[in-house]
Amino acid sequence: MTAYEEFAGREILPPQEGPDPVNVPMIRHWAEAMGDRNPIYLDEDAARATGRPGIVAPASMIQAWTMRGYAPAPDGGGTGGASGAEELYALLEKDGYTSVVATDSEFEFHRELVVGDRVSVREVVESISPEKSTALGAGRFVTTVRTYTDQDGEVVAVQRWRLLWFRPKASPSSEQAPKASRPRPVINRDNAFWFEAARAHRLVIQRCAGCGTLRHPPGPCCPHCGSFEWDAAEASGRGQVYSFVVNHHPRHPAFDYPLIVAVVELEEGTRLVTDLVGVAPGEVEIGMPVVLDWLDADPGLSLPVFRPQPGVAS
Amino acid sequence: MSGFSGAAAIAGIGATEFSKDSGRSELRLACEAVLAAVADAGLKPSDVDGMVTFTADTNAEIHVARATGMGDLTFFSRIPHGGGAACGTVQQAALAVASGVAGVVVCYRAFNERSGVRYGLGQADSPAETGADGAAYAWLTPFGLTTPAQWVAMFARRYMHEYGATSEDFGRVAVVDRKHAAANPAAWFYRRPITLEDHQASRWIAEPLHLLDCCQETDGGQALVVVSAERARDLPHPPAVILGAAQGSGDDQHMMTSYYRPRITGIPEMGLVGRQLYAQSGLGPADMDAAILYDHFTPLVLPQLEELGFCAPGEAKDFIAEGSLELGGRLPFNTHGGQLGEAYLHGMNGIAEAVRLVRGTSVNQPEGVRNVIVTAGTGVPTSGLVLGTDR
Repeated sequence: MTAYEEFAGREILPPQEGPDPVNVPMIRHWAEAMGDRNPIYLDEDAARATGRPGIVAPASMIQAWTMRGYAPAPDGGGTGGASGAEELYALLEKDGYTSVVATDSEFEFHRELVVGDRVSVREVVESISPEKSTALGAGRFVTTVRTYTDQDGEVVAVQRWRLLWFRPKASPSSEQAPKASRPRPVINRDNAFWFEAARAHRLVIQRCAGCGTLRHPPGPCCPHCGSFEWDAAEASGRGQVYSFVVNHHPRHPAFDYPLIVAVVELEEGTRLVTDLVGVAPGEVEIGMPVVLDWLDADPGLSLPVFRPQPGVAS
Repeated sequence: MSGFSGAAAIAGIGATEFSKDSGRSELRLACEAVLAAVADAGLKPSDVDGMVTFTADTNAEIHVARATGMGDLTFFSRIPHGGGAACGTVQQAALAVASGVAGVVVCYRAFNERSGVRYGLGQADSPAETGADGAAYAWLTPFGLTTPAQWVAMFARRYMHEYGATSEDFGRVAVVDRKHAAANPAAWFYRRPITLEDHQASRWIAEPLHLLDCCQETDGGQALVVVSAERARDLPHPPAVILGAAQGSGDDQHMMTSYYRPRITGIPEMGLVGRQLYAQSGLGPADMDAAILYDHFTPLVLPQLEELGFCAPGEAKDFIAEGSLELGGRLPFNTHGGQLGEAYLHGMNGIAEAVRLVRGTSVNQPEGVRNVIVTAGTGVPTSGLVLGTDR
């Protein structure tokens, strides 16, 4: 028997009671989210009119009663010390099945839940398939049975749950995986004009309508004359390196390292933080003339970057 | 001396151990530090009626006060701008004591900065808020300029360009810090000095900053107890009298990225702090017997020496190379090991060291210390202190 076959019949989650009894507020949230207007879930009278003792919970809500919260449990996960799940996940990971997708979920419902019921769940492995080829990549189907019981230990529902654990297919070399997005700028009423202009590949500088002073980073009023009126001047795109850094650590997945970030002084006199492109870190010098280029970084985010001015020896 | 100068004193200091994983809550660290400081002052928690901390601190005054049994409080206040707040907390306490609105004020800072939220990882993935502070990052983070080390590196490069300073000049700061930490059992880098070669060989973080130009990240707590100078004279330790306490935010001030000023080789807000400290205390740079200068990154120690008048602009590299920061030098510096060597407690551990210097109890005690100058975070709106012996 393989290590995977040996898992058949093993408990990977010992019986665990859900954090809250069946209750109306959670039912209401569920029904609203699902758009389910069946009155037996929220109206006592309507439920009784159907011969039920009172409000019942939607059957397919069964999983919700036993879900753990997002916050980690104080004991480190609330699996009551069971190692079955961890052992299985470690085995899958060791063999490179690092991705997971749910493929099937079949339910048998034994009785309807009523307000006050306490639901527990226990999970046992039914089978783990040999490795199969799938459109997502090679993987194994892991089928488990989750048995839901009430406060008296009576079975209220049984769920057959199947996950495909797989090795993601390597992307063809011509088609790189999409790069992570750059940190998104926070756009508010004071800076939106600048990023909107950038989307149109226009580098602008806020200009006071009162005294004509250019300012960057922009602000709501002029520190020189106090005017709240302003417009935006278009920059020539020529400037020079005022200072620069070469970033190595920590690394953010959106960027290639070493990453050259500079403060560029525009010929209009204002400075901005920007990236330098088309130049090696060792070739950058303070005072080097640079010209504007545009980086369409992510959908909806274009950024001004600078490259050495052609024909100028540094 | 003028104003509140000499009216208040630091009478107690207390800290947790400095570690990389405290294993306990930030609130507990705060309570441990506060109780230790109150005990050091020979007082009871119920004697405390004022509290000051950082806006960056997660331990609200009421939780610390309730847990430690302080009872009634008549004064509570917080200072913004990260490490720039450190000496500002003591200024608040001194003003409260001098004006009579409180009698015993505790300043504190506690965090799990290494095992919890690490500032060094930067702001790239921090949640967006659309106020002016959040929007300020829009000019930085989309370009990949996201961490404090990177922000400081931009100043450092320009400083090197204008003054001919080198990476070795920055490295000498780290070597002194680590030398002093090596003799300090409370320091993370106790018995682990470094050489300039070690500094030069350490990996790049953000050129021109090497790893050993960067402070540690630390879990821990530090607290200080401020009372009137008169009351301090009746308490167990010699008072560390607050001769000067000042804050400063400069013209065209940004958080760590004031790159838009006519020149960026100085720290104007530190000059502003220094001028106030000297005016309040009636003292000058020549009267300072030791300095605790904020050292989150070595390059910004140099312009601090210049702004505070210990040398002329651009000459800090020579001042340092002459050995001025050594124990036998002109200005013994960061005798606890600084934030590179002892711990990164947002500058509060440095204030505690200044108190020990005034008491004469530092593990690296120079002779004849009467006045110590202390600074808080650089690159941000900042603060400073002059502490002195009772006179």
